[in-house]
Amino acid sequence: MDTSEFIRTLTADTLRPAMPLSTVWWASVGLAIALASAIFFTMLGARSDIVTAAENPRFLVRFLVTITLTASAFGCARALSRPGENWRKAIPYLAVAPALIAVAIVVELFTLPSDTWSATMVGTNGIACITYISLIGIGPLAIFLRTLHHSAPTRPALAGAVAGVLGGAIAATFYAAQCTDDSPLFFATWYTIAITGLAVLGAVGARVARW
Amino acid sequence: MQRRSEAELARLMQAAISGDERAYGDFLQQAACLVRDLARRKIVKGGIDPEDIVQETLLAIHLKRHTWRQDAPITPWLYAIANYKLIDAFRRRGRRVEIEIGEIAETFAEPTSETVSDREIGRALAMLAPGQRSVVAAISVDGRSIGDTAKWLGLSETAVRVAFHRGLMAIAGRCGRSRNGYQ
Repeated sequence: MDTSEFIRTLTADTLRPAMPLSTVWWASVGLAIALASAIFFTMLGARSDIVTAAENPRFLVRFLVTITLTASAFGCARALSRPGENWRKAIPYLAVAPALIAVAIVVELFTLPSDTWSATMVGTNGIACITYISLIGIGPLAIFLRTLHHSAPTRPALAGAVAGVLGGAIAATFYAAQCTDDSPLFFATWYTIAITGLAVLGAVGARVARW
Repeated sequence: MQRRSEAELARLMQAAISGDERAYGDFLQQAACLVRDLARRKIVKGGIDPEDIVQETLLAIHLKRHTWRQDAPITPWLYAIANYKLIDAFRRRGRRVEIEIGEIAETFAEPTSETVSDREIGRALAMLAPGQRSVVAAISVDGRSIGDTAKWLGLSETAVRVAFHRGLMAIAGRCGRSRNGYQ
């Protein structure tokens, strides 16, 4: 088939073009949050002392971090899903959330006596934290990989990893409402492991997004 | 053919997205020229036919046109797609060369020569499931209209439209695999 023939073929395909990508992204992030919240409230639910906890800045800073990470990963994933978009400009925003944790850690180290540091970091439910964030985040990740499949990422593995961070950040936002280990030391260790795991899974799973 | 400016290309694609088939054909012709130049510049070693890259890129443009933001410039979008397809082709060629050397060493058989005239897209079309293949071939090879094809195959026009579109998607998915035949 020569190219002019092929062009005639393509113009004959008059099925309406698929939904605009930004609509699809907003819909999938809404769906992902709904799914994560359904799984969270079925499996866990918020901690019983959430009202008193909400007055504790150590408890609140986690939400600031996870919501910031959600927003920056969302921007990155969207940029990575379109050919020719300048995604390199969106990547540095991913560093904002880790910077916030770093500040929280410095404050924590000044307030806590140094002999309690390692016990605080290990916490009481690190394994549960990893397990639940992964369980809550895997559904959203699947939704985002589906969205990447619908779009056209020119760096599929990177886009998949960012989709994993996005799913992980949403999951972590919910899990943080249950988690009773309030220290940023605990947060920076275990939440990071869980979110990194989802990012790796996303990078591998992004094979489905090849086009 | 006269080269159009970025703004004109964007206008053509906007018209195309709102259903103007002539504008779409025009746009694809222009895109083909740009991609052909790029492919000829980048393919220096042979083993890849630039025209295959042109066609694979046009197919990707067609199936992924919803990823273009209508307020963004269109040439960066177009070149990003073409580059992605080029890199993909280079990667596959690398793999094929390795496999062929392995085969020769093992069996001392002559490597089968590829028919250069048959395009990648044509080969992918031949690999479609029979139902899809008859719809796509009727429209693309025989040049029938959607309505004609529907009558000829005894299907509804909607069914033909959907089968045709899915066939094109399947071709896009198969292009890589048919080139080396070992996956």
